[in-house]
Amino acid sequence: MNDMTPVQTTLKDWETDQEVRWCPGCGDYAILKAVQRTLPQLNADPAKTVFVSGIGCSSRFPYYVESYGFHTIHGRAPAFVTGIKLANPELDVWMVTGDGDGMSIGGNHTMHILRRNIDVQILLFNNEIYGLTKGQYSPTSRQGTKSPSAPGGSIDRPAQPCAFALGSGARFVARGFDVSKNLPDVLKAAHAHKGAAFVEIFQNCIVYNKDVFNDFAAPKGAEDQQLWLEDGQPMLFAKGTKGLARDVENMTLKVVDVADGDWEAAGVMVHDVKNRTLAHMLVELPFGPFPMALGVIYDDPRPAYDAVVAEEMAKARTARASNLGSLLAKGQTWTVDGTAQDPI
Amino acid sequence: MASDKTTAPEAVVVRFAGDSGDGMQLTGGQFTLSTALAGNDLATFPDFPAEIRAPQGTLFGVSAFQINFGSTAIETAGDAPDVLVAMNPAALKVNLAALKPGGLIIADTGEFTKRNLDKAKYDTNPLEGDGLAKWDVLAFDISELTLEAVKPFGLGKKEALRCKNMWTLGLALWMFDRPRAPIHDWLKAKFAKAPELAEANIAALDAGHAYGETAEISGPLKQVHVDPVASEPGLYRTITGAESISLGLVAGAQLAELPMFFGGYPITPASAILHHLARLKEYDVQTFQAEDEIAAICSAIGASYAGQLGVTSSSGPGIALKGEAMGLAIMTELPLVIVNSQRGGPSTGLPTKTEQSDLYQAVYGRNGDAPMPVIAARSPADAFECAIEACRIAVQYMTPVMLLTDGYIANAAEPWKVPNPADYEPFPAKFLTEKNAKNAEGEDELLPFARDEKGARPWIKPGTPGLMHRIGGIEKAQGTGHIDYSPANHQAMTDARKDKVDGIADSIPPQDVCLGNESGKLVLVGWGSTYGPIHQAVRRARKRGLDVSHVHVRNVWPLPKNLGDLLKGFDKVLVPEMNTGQFKTVLRDQYLVDAQPLTKTSGQPFAIAEIEDAICDALGEPRPSQIGGEVEVNDNQLPSPEAANP
Repeated sequence: MNDMTPVQTTLKDWETDQEVRWCPGCGDYAILKAVQRTLPQLNADPAKTVFVSGIGCSSRFPYYVESYGFHTIHGRAPAFVTGIKLANPELDVWMVTGDGDGMSIGGNHTMHILRRNIDVQILLFNNEIYGLTKGQYSPTSRQGTKSPSAPGGSIDRPAQPCAFALGSGARFVARGFDVSKNLPDVLKAAHAHKGAAFVEIFQNCIVYNKDVFNDFAAPKGAEDQQLWLEDGQPMLFAKGTKGLARDVENMTLKVVDVADGDWEAAGVMVHDVKNRTLAHMLVELPFGPFPMALGVIYDDPRPAYDAVVAEEMAKARTARASNLGSLLAKGQTWTVDGTAQDPI
Repeated sequence: MASDKTTAPEAVVVRFAGDSGDGMQLTGGQFTLSTALAGNDLATFPDFPAEIRAPQGTLFGVSAFQINFGSTAIETAGDAPDVLVAMNPAALKVNLAALKPGGLIIADTGEFTKRNLDKAKYDTNPLEGDGLAKWDVLAFDISELTLEAVKPFGLGKKEALRCKNMWTLGLALWMFDRPRAPIHDWLKAKFAKAPELAEANIAALDAGHAYGETAEISGPLKQVHVDPVASEPGLYRTITGAESISLGLVAGAQLAELPMFFGGYPITPASAILHHLARLKEYDVQTFQAEDEIAAICSAIGASYAGQLGVTSSSGPGIALKGEAMGLAIMTELPLVIVNSQRGGPSTGLPTKTEQSDLYQAVYGRNGDAPMPVIAARSPADAFECAIEACRIAVQYMTPVMLLTDGYIANAAEPWKVPNPADYEPFPAKFLTEKNAKNAEGEDELLPFARDEKGARPWIKPGTPGLMHRIGGIEKAQGTGHIDYSPANHQAMTDARKDKVDGIADSIPPQDVCLGNESGKLVLVGWGSTYGPIHQAVRRARKRGLDVSHVHVRNVWPLPKNLGDLLKGFDKVLVPEMNTGQFKTVLRDQYLVDAQPLTKTSGQPFAIAEIEDAICDALGEPRPSQIGGEVEVNDNQLPSPEAANP
């Protein structure tokens, strides 16, 4: 996120003339709209905004946003983002990736962009499946997922993107889902964070992994399974009838019932986005016994790598005159004057 | 090499060999500097193991540094040493075979212990008995002499013995009549924080020097003076290939009026470029040590996309990892320079040894029809020019360019006439700032893939108002760059990419013959670091009256337009290269000429004699060894008035 002159735009200004090529009903449409709705609210300038993606369904995203866009190669978007931000820290960069792109082939780069803390908003669309290659199980697929490459059900245990992000040193971790009305707020918080902001967005692949998130993301009746986190607010869900409290004995969290809205009496914890230990617990909570933790889970900025490098470069530029001729002639030199000379 | 000070040889080859912990590379480096300061032309060949500290005293832990210096143009590190300095039995064993008959062995008897002899697999001490009768042997206890010399400084035995290399250097400085002052200065600077170490090393150096003076009275040790070479007037310094490439890239970026972004990942022998550039922030050079080879090139492409000159560098295995990203740079038509310091392969291969076996990878090694220009440097000094040329092509043609060098060029040093940056024609990069076309309704329109007369598309920096557009690896429509898989479009775009790269041949000089006639019985065609041995072999053969020419190709892809016609003027075409015949195949494919290979894949550069023999065989002439017996000691370097310092 950058300090730039506010630019007045509307949702329409962020739409391209390109035909959107996702399957009808794909969750990607909702995410695209949420982003296009959010950008005008951020006063973002299309000329200074860059969307960078890897490969996969989600990575077609840049073609549909009227800004600068770079659709790169599988898994490597973080490396392109790094080069772009180091070359021009003024640009406002969004990175779009998926569970295959960002957690499998590009897992290494995801780790390092977070560890370095490049100033970028990372949107990882997690649909727990490989869509563009026609439905193979992905690194986030639940055990037993049946797919063409695992007809008997997948055996490997799924990775947890937000836990991975925290483990990699991320300073901002948030969660949302495609059709959620809260998604723009999550995106705004990510944009406000200076440094790498990691947002996992659960996204419904209606062709190959339909409705796997319905337990908490179904259009109706799943709200009670959503724990929307807010800094300084009690961690309540199910219309305030339940909350998360400390389980001191086991050094974890537990679900408690809240009677008559008296969450304090029930021992419900207040969310603190700077509490890294709490963040680790929230992203690891098993869904089922616990609700799905959504919203801004962790937000505690540190200097962004690109900002520090830019400072160093600016200092170096003013430190010494950069005369190429004197650089070439550096070190021990000798002069030949056309006649044989004596050794010095 | 028992010559008097009065009969000055034209050239001398010295090899320092010891354990990899003995500081032989440092000794060689300082001897090189003193040689350059003495005004000799020179070439060096550092030859060291891949292990950082191989077990002491073992055969595979031997590290060597060879230098060839003389009063005439020197273009190789020399076939066979005149002097071998062996710091232990293993160093003697590994390097003895290369030593010229009649050459001088200087050995440290202090290291020829039972234990070290066992490690070197010697049953008996080679310094005793007559196994070394072919050579002059000067064996004495350098270890003990060093300990004696540094005694006043109170160092522990281990630390004191570390000064052995300076003692040896002192002796070598005496042998070749070199001043000690520059080395004294260097030691004082190096050990500025530990003056007692500086003093001890200086004492060892002086003791070695004094030993030479006193030992001259008897035995094979003689002082030799090599006259300075007659060079073009100007300011000189020594330069290694890695330094030269780094400086050339900086110069290239400045001529393009662009900041440089260098994305790299540590790999031998390419890392030296990253190290050099990391110190040049004030020249608008940003270096980024990425998490892997792929991230290194992708970050460089990202920087190019954002308007800087992206550069990445690696060696064979790392270049393989970068292949997919090169394809993206070709597809999105962004400038990029990729430096490949080739080493022995395949796979990890020989990390510290040289080879030219990445030519196919450079020219052909990507998925799809992915044409990319390739330039090859022939020497450390030439690498500077090649790096500038790579930057020029990348910026003017909006394309990735591969610059080939190798382990030999990267590590070798040679004197370099410091160029004047004002002598180079700038090629400033141009960025599009407004829409570049009109649509059917006469409105302004942006065509990110419109082409100029060179076939290059415009470079558009994100951040430019009004020029928002999307690029990517998917095939795109001509002009607009929108996704377009249609058959006619893919055909047209494939052709456009090929035509653009082929067209680079219009901007490179026609191929010349660097030695010999423009047609004749035999031509040797080389590329890269084989330049030196080929050139000297051709010169020697021509001196003996043989009809042979030397063609050296710098632009490996696209090839100079007249190369085919030029080669057809010769009865025979011989292609010496350090691989199994890759450039030979390219030439046969491009020109239907009967190019024959002369290959070597031992991890060592060609010896001049190997190529000279091949010339004789190709022409049906007797080899020099069949007519004149052994090659004369100092005949390996002849005056070269026609070959200017590159």
